[in-house]
Amino acid sequence: MTEIDAKAKETLLSVRNLKKYFPIGGGLISKAKSNVHAVDDVTLDVYAGQTLGLVGESGCGKTTMGRLALKLLPKTSGEIYFQGEDIYKYTAEQEKKFRTRAQLIFQDSFSSFDSRNKIGKIIGEPLEVHNYCSGSELEDRVAELLRTVGLKPELMHEYPHTLAAGQKQCIGIARSIALNPAFIVADEPISALDVSVRAMVLNLLKDLQASHNLTYMFISHDIRVVRWLSSHIAVMYVGKLVEYGETEEIFAHRLHPYTEALLCAVPIEDPRARHIKREILLGEVPSPVDPPPGCRFAARCKLASERCFKETPPLLERRPGHWVACFENFEGDSEIS
Amino acid sequence: MGMGKYILQRLAFTVLVVIGISILVFVITHMVGNPVDIMLPLTATEEQRQLLTQQLGLDKPMIEQLGTFLKDAATLDFGMSWWQRRPCMEVIMDDLPLTALLIFFASCISVIVAIPLGIAAAYHKGSFLDRVLTIISLGGICLPPFWIGLMLMLVFSVKLGWLPTSGIGTWKHMILPALAISFRPMGHLSQIVRFEMMQQLNGLYVITARAKGVTETAVLFKHALKNIMTASITMIGSDFTKQLGGLSASVEVVFGFPGFGHLISETISNMDFPLLQAEVFFVALIVCLINLLVDILYAAFDPRIRY
Amino acid sequence: MANLATSKKKVTLWDRFRYNKAALVSLIILIILFLMLIFAPQVTSYSASQSDLYNRLSAPSFEQTAKGGPPHILGTDQLGRDIYSRLIYGGRVSLTVGFVVGTIGALIGITLGMVAGYFGGWTDMIIMRLVDVWASSPTLLIALTFVMVLGPGMRNLIIALLVNSWTLFCRMARSQVLVIRSSAMVESGHAIGASTNRILFKHIMPNIISPLVTTYVLELAHFINAEANLSFLGFGVQPPQTSWGLMIGEGRKYLTQAPWIVLFPGLLIGLTVLCLNLVGNWIRDEFDPLAVKQ
Repeated sequence: MTEIDAKAKETLLSVRNLKKYFPIGGGLISKAKSNVHAVDDVTLDVYAGQTLGLVGESGCGKTTMGRLALKLLPKTSGEIYFQGEDIYKYTAEQEKKFRTRAQLIFQDSFSSFDSRNKIGKIIGEPLEVHNYCSGSELEDRVAELLRTVGLKPELMHEYPHTLAAGQKQCIGIARSIALNPAFIVADEPISALDVSVRAMVLNLLKDLQASHNLTYMFISHDIRVVRWLSSHIAVMYVGKLVEYGETEEIFAHRLHPYTEALLCAVPIEDPRARHIKREILLGEVPSPVDPPPGCRFAARCKLASERCFKETPPLLERRPGHWVACFENFEGDSEIS
Repeated sequence: MGMGKYILQRLAFTVLVVIGISILVFVITHMVGNPVDIMLPLTATEEQRQLLTQQLGLDKPMIEQLGTFLKDAATLDFGMSWWQRRPCMEVIMDDLPLTALLIFFASCISVIVAIPLGIAAAYHKGSFLDRVLTIISLGGICLPPFWIGLMLMLVFSVKLGWLPTSGIGTWKHMILPALAISFRPMGHLSQIVRFEMMQQLNGLYVITARAKGVTETAVLFKHALKNIMTASITMIGSDFTKQLGGLSASVEVVFGFPGFGHLISETISNMDFPLLQAEVFFVALIVCLINLLVDILYAAFDPRIRY
Repeated sequence: MANLATSKKKVTLWDRFRYNKAALVSLIILIILFLMLIFAPQVTSYSASQSDLYNRLSAPSFEQTAKGGPPHILGTDQLGRDIYSRLIYGGRVSLTVGFVVGTIGALIGITLGMVAGYFGGWTDMIIMRLVDVWASSPTLLIALTFVMVLGPGMRNLIIALLVNSWTLFCRMARSQVLVIRSSAMVESGHAIGASTNRILFKHIMPNIISPLVTTYVLELAHFINAEANLSFLGFGVQPPQTSWGLMIGEGRKYLTQAPWIVLFPGLLIGLTVLCLNLVGNWIRDEFDPLAVKQ
């Protein structure tokens, strides 16, 4: 995964200065009293055939980011280019094409199904919507998809509520790969599952990536999972991108104190490493409602200086291909990783 | 939001509704029907018609008529009733208190009967008593009140001769109409009470209270009844407004009870436009105020609700 | 797991009735009643307006009339008309009014509610304010105002009852759409590129239909009662046409001599309304989308 040759570096999706504010309060006539800054000035690239891991605590805007990348929400400002075209400037025809190229895997796939339909209908719906095939051809394709995700084709005649959680998630995955998309946003696809079936789903995602040449935006709060699956990592904190780069580079040189803190929150498996001094993340996540200027992590950051509370640190390329938004010259303890 | 601000907002809403509904009825009566055609016999001459049109001010533009109407309504002056030839206000004030008393009486009956019966049914769920009560309450909900009134009259006045068939004068005249009106809310209320009570009896805090050794009755009154009160208030409030808004008319007609419902019915038969306007104005006003009162009582009984 | 699935599939309509005998009986009664009303000429021996002055106010009996005609099983009224035949023909009118008002009200209300819920914003605010104002206004008086200016009769009665027929449907449809609109199911539909029409009619509609059917059935019962109320007062259906409410209104003067004139129409109203209520509640319990998932 980490070997990146020139060909693989082709950009599939690029996000430029993307902002999404949700107005709260205020009626239809009066202006909104305040705004939730869910995604605030995010810039990043997703490379074809690779995986971008989007990490952060819950409420940091990573889910919103995923929805915006698929044009499932209106944006506030900024641009998103898919294969060089701005997806928010698509014509109706282009958008219909885009819907076949980019898909979403839900955290809880079952809630995304119309539970009145049988599994075959659920998986076959995208094919039906885009008139790919019908009749026995459709049935064959659904059977093939079920086999691809490791389920028996006979399941297509069942209702989804009869399945176990892991199997439901596989149905969700089958539905999203039905149209042979190039890009998939996986929104915490394993966090609702039992630990015992997580590995199965993760391996399935990895195998599918290889066999279908998929590009993932993998959203998770678990930095270990992200590390295992991703070629690139983007760390978000309260709507802001704080660190972004190749996975190995980031784990080798953690340049933002928040990334360090996220990593420290992971239990260390090796008992011999227990002596390592670890930073514990203290304090509350600040509210994303009209946040004050300055670094949003400042209140919880032990390195924070006066400047951090006044100015917003820009995202700068501190090392080649490694971007950080921090004024301090921090570098994490290499022993932890 | 503070309670005071909430009440002010609701009062403003009330004013808007009352004005809106008054205008609506004014427009319907003046656009769709022609009062002159209705008031004069077919044989009336053109001169007579013009004279009356002038007298009623119907020759002026509609906006002007509406303006005059609203200005007068603000001072509670709705003009003369065409049918009774006396001020509308006077006519309404004669009949409204009677019906208010009747509905109040009926509400009392339904609460006094429904709450104990609903509780008893919940305590003895599935028993013979429960089934009988369910059938009676379903009957109360489904049978037309005026028909129940006729049946009550047949049994208690005609066959048994215990109570007068119609008219007013003594409290005895009030019993049958009030009973007839009370059946439907009684049915609804006892079903609500039974359901709520069963929920409460299964609720954790009742089990806790029992475990602590508090007696059954204390459990009942301290915890469950409070929740039932909120449901009862809503129920009675909405029923009161419906009855006042003309639903009591058929029962009043059955018993020859000269109340507000009877008056509404007569107003329609006599095509008395000004009187109808006055009735609509008053009913809209009272309905809004009762709704407000219900909301305030709600907050008093349920401390979780804040405005 | 697979067993569970197959047993779920075999759930027939009959199984759904097993635990609710009252609803089953109600449905059978309603079907019989509808059939009798549809085939009124076949199941009655007299017409609704055929009077017989020799047989005025005669009590229910199974014996032939003096002239050898078929028996008046439910008696006759003040003009010697057969009560049973009048109940059947009057029932046609009562139920027609109920169905027409309920259906038009449902169409108006559900459309407005779905529009308000799905599109939100200004549209939603205007529609829902209208519903709020309507709910706190004396709708029966407004309906009576229509009767007064338009005159009584079946058509005008339907117009008057429509005044208060749409608000409940509007609220129900809106709240249901609101819940579903923000669901993952709808988002998933957008994600695969399904059209707004497909999402509204293939996914949202089927999932909100059963609460709306329940509302429809319960409202039918309500309108049958409302028709009876207005016809009783003389503001609804006019003779020679008749309805259950009008029969009670006309017969009440003869309460002491011939109580059967008012007895049977009242019982029939009660029975119809009761059956509709039981069937409506059964639909709610049995076909609720939440219940399916369990």
